[in-house]
Amino acid sequence: MAATKKIICFAILMLHSITWSATSLASTFEETLPQFATNSSKAKSKAIEALVATGDERTAIILEVFLKGRLYWRKSDKKVVIVRKSGSVYVLTDPLTSKEIGQVKKRIIRKIRVNNRLRKKIRGALGGLTLLSETPDVRSKAADAVFKSRAAASLPLLEKAIARETDHAVKSKMELARAAIQLTTAKSTNDRLAAIKYLSTQATPKMRSLLASTSETSKDEAVKSAAAVALKKIEKSLSFWNGIQNIFQGVSLGSVLLLAAVGLAITFGVMGVINMAHGELVMIGAYTTFVVQEFFRAYFPEALDYSLAVAIPAAFLVAGSFGIAIERGIIRFLYGRPLETLLATWGLSLILQQMVRSIFGPTNRDVSNPAWMSGSIEVTGGLVLTYNRIWIIVFSLLILGLLVLLLKKTAFGLQMRAVTQNRSMASSMGIRTGYVDALTFGLGSGIAGIAGVALSQIDNVSPNLGQNYIIDSFMVVVFGGVGNLWGTLVGAFSLGIANKFMEPFAGAVLAKIFVLIAIILFIQKRPRGLFALKGRAVEN
Amino acid sequence: MAHDNSGQKSGFAFLLTDTGGKILLGLIAAGVFLVPILNLMVPVDSAFHLPTYLVALFGKYLTYALLALSVDLIWGYCGILSLGHGAFFALGGYGMGMYMMRQIGDRGVYGNAELPDFMVFLNWTELPWYWFGFSNFSFAMFMVVLVPGILAFLFGWLAFRSRVTGVYLSIITQAMTYALMLAFFRNDMGFGGNNGLTDFKDLLGFNLQSQGMRVSLFILSALAVAGGYVICRYIVSSRLGRVLVAIRDSESRTRFLGYRVEYYQLFVFTLSAMLAGVAGALYVPQVGIINPSEFTPANSIELVIWVAIGGRGTLYGAVLGAILVNYAKTYLTSAFPEAWLYALGALFILVTIFLPKGIVGIISAWKVRKIESSPDPEPEAVGGIK
Repeated sequence: MAATKKIICFAILMLHSITWSATSLASTFEETLPQFATNSSKAKSKAIEALVATGDERTAIILEVFLKGRLYWRKSDKKVVIVRKSGSVYVLTDPLTSKEIGQVKKRIIRKIRVNNRLRKKIRGALGGLTLLSETPDVRSKAADAVFKSRAAASLPLLEKAIARETDHAVKSKMELARAAIQLTTAKSTNDRLAAIKYLSTQATPKMRSLLASTSETSKDEAVKSAAAVALKKIEKSLSFWNGIQNIFQGVSLGSVLLLAAVGLAITFGVMGVINMAHGELVMIGAYTTFVVQEFFRAYFPEALDYSLAVAIPAAFLVAGSFGIAIERGIIRFLYGRPLETLLATWGLSLILQQMVRSIFGPTNRDVSNPAWMSGSIEVTGGLVLTYNRIWIIVFSLLILGLLVLLLKKTAFGLQMRAVTQNRSMASSMGIRTGYVDALTFGLGSGIAGIAGVALSQIDNVSPNLGQNYIIDSFMVVVFGGVGNLWGTLVGAFSLGIANKFMEPFAGAVLAKIFVLIAIILFIQKRPRGLFALKGRAVEN
Repeated sequence: MAHDNSGQKSGFAFLLTDTGGKILLGLIAAGVFLVPILNLMVPVDSAFHLPTYLVALFGKYLTYALLALSVDLIWGYCGILSLGHGAFFALGGYGMGMYMMRQIGDRGVYGNAELPDFMVFLNWTELPWYWFGFSNFSFAMFMVVLVPGILAFLFGWLAFRSRVTGVYLSIITQAMTYALMLAFFRNDMGFGGNNGLTDFKDLLGFNLQSQGMRVSLFILSALAVAGGYVICRYIVSSRLGRVLVAIRDSESRTRFLGYRVEYYQLFVFTLSAMLAGVAGALYVPQVGIINPSEFTPANSIELVIWVAIGGRGTLYGAVLGAILVNYAKTYLTSAFPEAWLYALGALFILVTIFLPKGIVGIISAWKVRKIESSPDPEPEAVGGIK
């Protein structure tokens, strides 16, 4: 593979006489630039190659300026500068920062001369190297860079690249870049109007800023008004996609809340046990993920991407056994005394936190995303969905679905519901209520552990992980209605979406405060939540 | 409850019937009398000299004790487990803090007589409206009681009218203090954000750091605990207190008997919040800072365990628990910093499972057994003021 790549690179290299395959050896832009301070044509040629190899965005500017003969170097320190002649003085601009660094007399600086051979080379280099690269990613980035620089010199190459481009996404980016260049440099009004028309089909923030500046600065009235119209259209479309994005983020936050709360919906909702250590069970699940990952890293590094597949059952078992131990060791003695349960489990949460802190240390542990969970898909310019968020949404719904199935369709689920509805009756039917209690609590705790696996992918794995979710989880369960899994689902998603919709104009913290206040007020209106249980079970 | 035997109805009978309470008041009186002598009059090199840092430390514990009293009033006698009392405490503290911020005047780092330092730092040009009046001591003290009172009244009015009780109430009070914490962390709120209010100089013109001030604050706190105890004791031994206990033991039954349960709950909840506010106001000058971390839900839960350890529903038990636990905390966090959370966690679990009536419960059980041989063991004195 690597060898083939090198050969292809070499071929292209020969074609354009540019060395971009040397990116790995490339020095930085800052290091390369001083190489232009020379009189040797050969050295300048090398410098161009080296500069291109840096892949720096400013390369295009330097090359264009060089082409126009405005690249100079200061005699005193050999610093390469961009020069603009203004009357009798020469205004210097630092190419590194694009800031003016003073006005000087001509004798202070020396021009870096350019000959025909170099010109040809520069033209080729301008945009060429990356626009025609083998990897679509690089071409895509090059198209973005051209879009940004809007250098007229890249146009011929861009046309060439568009002609041979096979990747649809990259091609459309290149066409956008071409339209952007035409918009800024085309002479005829019609060409520019056509460019605007093309650009307005792409509703992205980049287009918005481009069109906004055009509509403000263009001297051509027709272009100006066309840009303004296009701008409005783009803004409308952007705000629509922004709404979709908000919903997605809200659903994503909601699915995180759902994961954290669904275990609680079992222990609190179904059993009526206030488990303040629920967050710590989530935290234990996250640490289990970390341990499993480290185990894979040490023994099966090639299968590291699939460590999550092991981590999920492992976290379920670890957190579930903790849960059973908690139920048998503490909660069993406190049934019917919910406030005492609350206090005892709070104490337990302190112990678990401190335990994890003693074992793993107080700092964050690094749990990495597997390759199939990293990255994102861009639905349109305005809407980017990250894979890990998508996976968590899917995963949380899957867990909820399995849980509903377990509760409604299995013998264990039936026993569980029987015990929670009428303990003595269930007991006289021969159900071992103590056993069912322990397993139910273990189930809720195990799900908390699984939530920890998911949270380890998007949040810091630290001893305080659980603390951040416990209040929210209780809010979700209380808001949705105790004893009702669908209520938990609706509660989680509505809280998530409400939060994300308020964030843009209220800020993250204030949005959260508003949501909390809203829930507090809501509880007054409907003390039993959205989907309240009816009948005898209520008055307990 | 064994201690609720208020037979007579006149005079101070409500105090005299409560042995633990009598001991408590006696210890407070002794503290108020002895501490100034031992600290201010006994020479420093004497073995009987009481160091100033201990005076400040126990002054702080006493404000915690008052806070615990306020929680015991609603939890021990009315069954309302508030996990938000830390918020009322902190609000009272902020009231006092705002007064002391105004007292700094132009002695701050920026030397601005009009604005506290943090506002100058944030480029604010004028004092927000809710800071007006806080340069006046009596107004500030009025606010210290009023703000927690109003918040508790509104919150309670909404909650109790809709019959939100039990764990639901606990959870939403926790959400309340959490929301307040997030709010006070914001710089835009105008309460100093993250750093809170600090760098206090003096109170009513007296230097906060002076020995006399420390002793005065100690005495004030002790008197506040005594006053808080007397108020709570008066309430719980009145007819109203009887209804409260009835509500605690069976809320719906009390309602069916014709009592407007929510009004009783609202009354004690508001009163208790005001007591917590006073405790906060006394706390801040003794520690010299108030910041949003006082609103942390964990703090509010922790103070419930003080009451549980001392013995809920006895009032003096709450005082005992607050002082004991905090003394242990001071000792353990410096001697074995790792162990403190383990110890606190274990306390929560052991007390709820094995000691539902707290230390006072052990003592009274022990008393019942040895009623003939030793009539007056007075072991409560262990946790008192030294």
